[in-house]
Amino acid sequence: MSVLEFYGRHTGELLLLLRQHVGLVVISSAVALVLGLPLGILVARRPAWRKPVLGLTNVVQTVPSLALLGLLIPVFGIGAWTAVTALVLYALLPVVRNTNAGITGVDPAIREAGRGMGMSDGELLRLVELPLAAGVILAGVRVAVVVSVGVATIAAAIGAGGLGVYIFRGVATVDDTLILAGAIPAALLALLADGLLGLAERRLVWRAR
Amino acid sequence: MNPVLDVRGLGYELQRRTIVDGVSFAVGPGETLVLLGRSGAGKSTIIKLINRLLIPTAGAVQIDGQDAGTQDIVRLRRRIGYVIQEIGLFPHMTITENVGLLPRLEQWSKERTAERVRELLRLVGLDPDTFDARYPHQLSGGQRQRVGVARALGIDPPVLLLDEPFGALDPVTRAELQREFRKLAATLGKAVVFVTHDVREGLLLGARVGLLDGGRIVFLGTPSEFRASALPQVRQFMDSAA
Repeated sequence: MSVLEFYGRHTGELLLLLRQHVGLVVISSAVALVLGLPLGILVARRPAWRKPVLGLTNVVQTVPSLALLGLLIPVFGIGAWTAVTALVLYALLPVVRNTNAGITGVDPAIREAGRGMGMSDGELLRLVELPLAAGVILAGVRVAVVVSVGVATIAAAIGAGGLGVYIFRGVATVDDTLILAGAIPAALLALLADGLLGLAERRLVWRAR
Repeated sequence: MNPVLDVRGLGYELQRRTIVDGVSFAVGPGETLVLLGRSGAGKSTIIKLINRLLIPTAGAVQIDGQDAGTQDIVRLRRRIGYVIQEIGLFPHMTITENVGLLPRLEQWSKERTAERVRELLRLVGLDPDTFDARYPHQLSGGQRQRVGVARALGIDPPVLLLDEPFGALDPVTRAELQREFRKLAATLGKAVVFVTHDVREGLLLGARVGLLDGGRIVFLGTPSEFRASALPQVRQFMDSAA
């Protein structure tokens, strides 16, 4: 049975899993952005916090995704919220790191010009630092989202649904069609997310040219 | 006449090294004081001590009779126009946005801000209709410097500080901007402090010239007094220009 035939018979299920998958990625990426952006700004402002915060997010990144999910089950139980928590932890690093890098990368002379002309800290951040750092920050978000699409397939292992359901089912029954039925749309989803965010980057981000 | 800017016994130490030492001067409305000196003499440091980008370790600065150290730092800086070499413009903002930034932050209405921006661009010799939507990188160095001056004048501050504003320009553009700035300064009625290492520029623009050496003012007087001075540091500077 080809993948297309399989989809023909299980269209409803495919759409459900796809929706679950996208949901996991969107929610976790949004949370990672909401947490990561202020955290990145904070470590950019307070260099003393940089090492512990970036170090911690780095350590989380090195934990294999299946192990992280396993570790979170005793805390959050089984299901989508545990998966979202794990995805947020993974997505946090690129967002925090790139926000920090984008802001600290702003030319000190520009920052000093802003201060010197009487901009407050908040005005400088909102009108100068964040707009100039937007490209680097968005690049981090892009990495976070693409990684999330991949890691979200593992979420099926703890009953969070998503396209990983096909993959795990395929692995368990040694059925290549099923594995592909999950893997192909997951890969396409990653490409689509990457493309859309790239488009947003070109639209939103100022660039000298 | 009361000075607009009054600097008394200003000093700055960094890691036990004295960068600025006992600097005093006063600048009245419509007057341009030039601070002259070689690199590392403390010129830029003095400017930054006035707008408190650096905090003085000795002495005091008064603006319109008010002590700068006791004021809210943002309010203080908005009363002091600040022009630096061309990097100072915000690269992601158009010329209009750059020049209109302070009026906007001061909650001016859109119409009033737009009118002010046009007025300022005309003042510094740029046609508002040609330049308003351009970005800094689309301008020549001289045009950028004009915008820098226009931006510093945004909300009409009584004091204007310029730190080597024409330092990165070619000689022809530089001479042109010097001539125009001289005219402009004469009409604006601001207390201007102009930092340069170029003695010709200093003598052309300054009503008075202060020569800095090792963080101290070793000479303070009019350009003709400067030319006539027998002080060795002054002679050295005059000879370098000859």
